[in-house]
Amino acid sequence: MIGSLNFSALWPWWPDLVAGLWVTVKLTVLATVGGVALGIVGAALRSGKPGWASRLWGIYVELIRNTPFVVQLFFIVFGLPHLGVRMTAGEAALVAMLINLGAYSTEIIRAGIQVTPKGQWEAGRVLGLSRSQIFFRVVLPPSLKRIYPALVSQCIIVMLGSSVVSQVSYEELTFAAGLIQSRTFLSFEVYFVTTALYLALSIAMRQCLLAIGRKWFGEQY
Amino acid sequence: MATFTDWDIVRNLLLALRWTVLLSLTAFCGGTLVTLPLLLVRLSRRRWPQRLLRAYIELFQGTPLLMQLFLAFFGVALFGIDVSPWTAASLALTLYTSAFLLDIGYGSVRALPKGQWEAARCLGLSFGQTLYRVVAPQALRIAIAPTVGFAVQVIKGTALASIIGFVELTKAGTILNNVTLQPFKVFGLVALGYFLLCYPLSRYSQYLERKFNAADHH
Repeated sequence: MIGSLNFSALWPWWPDLVAGLWVTVKLTVLATVGGVALGIVGAALRSGKPGWASRLWGIYVELIRNTPFVVQLFFIVFGLPHLGVRMTAGEAALVAMLINLGAYSTEIIRAGIQVTPKGQWEAGRVLGLSRSQIFFRVVLPPSLKRIYPALVSQCIIVMLGSSVVSQVSYEELTFAAGLIQSRTFLSFEVYFVTTALYLALSIAMRQCLLAIGRKWFGEQY
Repeated sequence: MATFTDWDIVRNLLLALRWTVLLSLTAFCGGTLVTLPLLLVRLSRRRWPQRLLRAYIELFQGTPLLMQLFLAFFGVALFGIDVSPWTAASLALTLYTSAFLLDIGYGSVRALPKGQWEAARCLGLSFGQTLYRVVAPQALRIAIAPTVGFAVQVIKGTALASIIGFVELTKAGTILNNVTLQPFKVFGLVALGYFLLCYPLSRYSQYLERKFNAADHH
């Protein structure tokens, strides 16, 4: 019954929750930086001349965007060892998050690049810049500025999705919560507190990323 | 131990796919039903309900769906109600869906020019009439592309119900993997199942987006 909720019994367990939270934060930072870098590479490929690399990347994006994260994770953890690819739970979690964010951010960044006027490319060429110079110095910065809020949301979605990697025994926040639940049987209390921690993390992450955006792109966020 | 042929694996996965589809439909229809009255409240000018709904959206969009499933599972049990994974999964997914649909719906209504409301008032239409005859038809047109796109997220979200013990496609895959020890094949097929459900929807959503955007630019 509701009256029997016992939050105070959770006090002795806070070091475990904090340790789990820290793992989640580290995983998120790595996945965000790597995933967005992957997205930039993908967007460069996808917005160039359509060749086999661009098509292959398109297939990767569609595969990732149309299958659940859990299934991708299970595929990496259980399926890939059959091909001789072995990873620890942490590595598998990071790889799964990277390929996930890589696929989504490719599409987001590409959307930003698509609305760049063609004249930008032509002007860059007239100035004697190479293709990659035009892409990284002329086209990419305003595109990133345009799609930055969407990219921030996607990074947060990937962070929240990371709670699933507890299923392959990686010791992040949700795994810590499950451990405490099995020791104390305070199921609702533990997951309530954990949910609050995720909410705090998602709000903090949005504020941080938007502050970085303000620093890089000016005051608009 | 009984041997599983490839056909057995496929057959079992197809049987489980029904539950994925059913859970997705439940979440989507339930989510729509919850959203509509909430949207009316969100559109009213009162400040308090607005803030509450903002918090509701923030809560469901800012926490992992897995946590929402756990909380539904253990939360309903607190009331002494024996809760099945099916109940918990439909409850959590319905609320999750409604939080996103609420955002899509509100955004679509706000995207309409203010003049539409004013013109309706000049014509002497009531709030209800304006909403039903002027605003809703136009807002629906704007909302349909993102809604179809979000349906893909709902279908993928149902995969998490496997974690609280609901036997749908992903759970069936885990069980089959334990029996057959052919994870590459099993999870490949599971992924294919989701892809076949989601890809047509993604393409349709992209098509709608292009179509409506093109119409706007005339």
